[in-house]
Amino acid sequence: MSGGVKLIPDDTGAGRFLPWVVAVMVFLAALAVSGVLALDQGVRGWQAGFEGHLTVEVPAGRSADLDTRVAETLRILRSTAGVRGAVALDDAEHAALLAPWFGPDNPVADLPIPRLVDVELDTDHQLDFDYLARRLDDAVPGARLDDHKVWVAQLIRLARGVQFIALATVVLIAGALAAVVVFAVRATLSVHHDIVALLHVMGARDAYIARQFQNHALWMGAKGGAVGLVLAAATLFVLSRLVARLEAPLLDQLSLGPVTLVVLAFVPVAGAGIAFFTARLTVFGALGRMP
Amino acid sequence: MIRFENVGLRYGQGPEVLRDISFHLEPGSFTFLTGPSGAGKSTLLRMMYLGLKPSRGTISLFGADVARATRRELPAIRRRIGVVFQDFRLLDHLSVLENVALPLRLAGEVERRIEGPAREMLEWVGLGDRIEASPTTLSGGEQQRVAICRAVVAQPSLIVADEPTGNVDDAIGYRLIRLFEELHRIGTTIIVATHNQPLIEPFDYPRLHLEDGQLAGGPARAPALAAEAGLVG
Repeated sequence: MSGGVKLIPDDTGAGRFLPWVVAVMVFLAALAVSGVLALDQGVRGWQAGFEGHLTVEVPAGRSADLDTRVAETLRILRSTAGVRGAVALDDAEHAALLAPWFGPDNPVADLPIPRLVDVELDTDHQLDFDYLARRLDDAVPGARLDDHKVWVAQLIRLARGVQFIALATVVLIAGALAAVVVFAVRATLSVHHDIVALLHVMGARDAYIARQFQNHALWMGAKGGAVGLVLAAATLFVLSRLVARLEAPLLDQLSLGPVTLVVLAFVPVAGAGIAFFTARLTVFGALGRMP
Repeated sequence: MIRFENVGLRYGQGPEVLRDISFHLEPGSFTFLTGPSGAGKSTLLRMMYLGLKPSRGTISLFGADVARATRRELPAIRRRIGVVFQDFRLLDHLSVLENVALPLRLAGEVERRIEGPAREMLEWVGLGDRIEASPTTLSGGEQQRVAICRAVVAQPSLIVADEPTGNVDDAIGYRLIRLFEELHRIGTTIIVATHNQPLIEPFDYPRLHLEDGQLAGGPARAPALAAEAGLVG
């Protein structure tokens, strides 16, 4: 005679559909969580990438030679406290920047295109942004200093918004999973009410009866969670391959690090945990209505 | 042992189905609960094994008012009571042996001390060769014996039997009552509900008689013997 006697038979169908429901929930939650974490990593990467840099845009005017004005811009920048270095982008780099919009042949090469100067900041010294902007404008009229702050702030705001929506989705998924478990457990309780009532009258502790349901829910949740995680991992792998094919520096920051993988592995554990505790609380609630 | 004082029961806002029930059963006593079908015998027994709460009055079991017991204390009280249900209530998805072993399992007995006593009980009632059978393959009489084994295997202080002879012929019914007598001899308090007066006629034990939700007529045996059994009608 086995010690693991199954006192509540699993013949209501709940045991058959529950793992699949958990698999879908874990799949969706894992995708949402990986999105949150990738965006978090992206935000940090974008902030770090732009924090130590400025861009100076030297307009392509008619009155003076562009190279002279770029040289004057470089001279001012290199003599400014807080600037570690300044490099003007060459024609090839400009062409590469324009390529996504105009193609590799660069049909606008003959047009007057502003020249860009990449400025690396010395983080040990405070740069007086307004003073530098005035100096540049005096020496090279029309030169524009861009610290990317507005653009990065908008990008980060968007990323945080998407993260919030993804987290809210995870919470909704958890709630939906709990609701499904409640219905499944209630269905089993309803079908096997006589057995539960018998165990209760025979002196079974509430925790003992609840264990019959919660352990089953945990096992169903673990099975479904494992399937959901495998599906999510495969999907993320395909997505990462697709992203890697794009030549988009911003998306390069959206990689999934080892921490992300650890957190993702926790998602099915959380799913099984929700199934376990929801089943337990549902049974306790039902037993609480018995004398 | 068991004391009911002015106990009444109603379902919802309906009329009282049991009224002013008062009696006292001493430890080690054997009592028949008699009365016609629908008199309220099963309802009274349900309150006795804590399957139902009275609407009024006091029920004391093993010297304690059960209404004052906390929810955590109730399972231990219930495990001191073995119940034989009229409809057996065996778990069809478990074997005969597992059914009988259930009270030991619920009491938290270690695995190696579960199977032995359960087997012994089944041998005692002549079902030693059916331990792995499903209850659905047993006759009514055999199922009733399994139900009795399950009720007594954990050696409860009180055995409550609700029409244990209701689904068997008189010959088997008589043997079942004899079985309860044997348990009574080892000190177990027994209360057996039955509407089969001729079957219990040969047994000289006190009776509680229920009529229309009330105890009627007092003990149906010699007052001296009733007093000895601690019966107060």
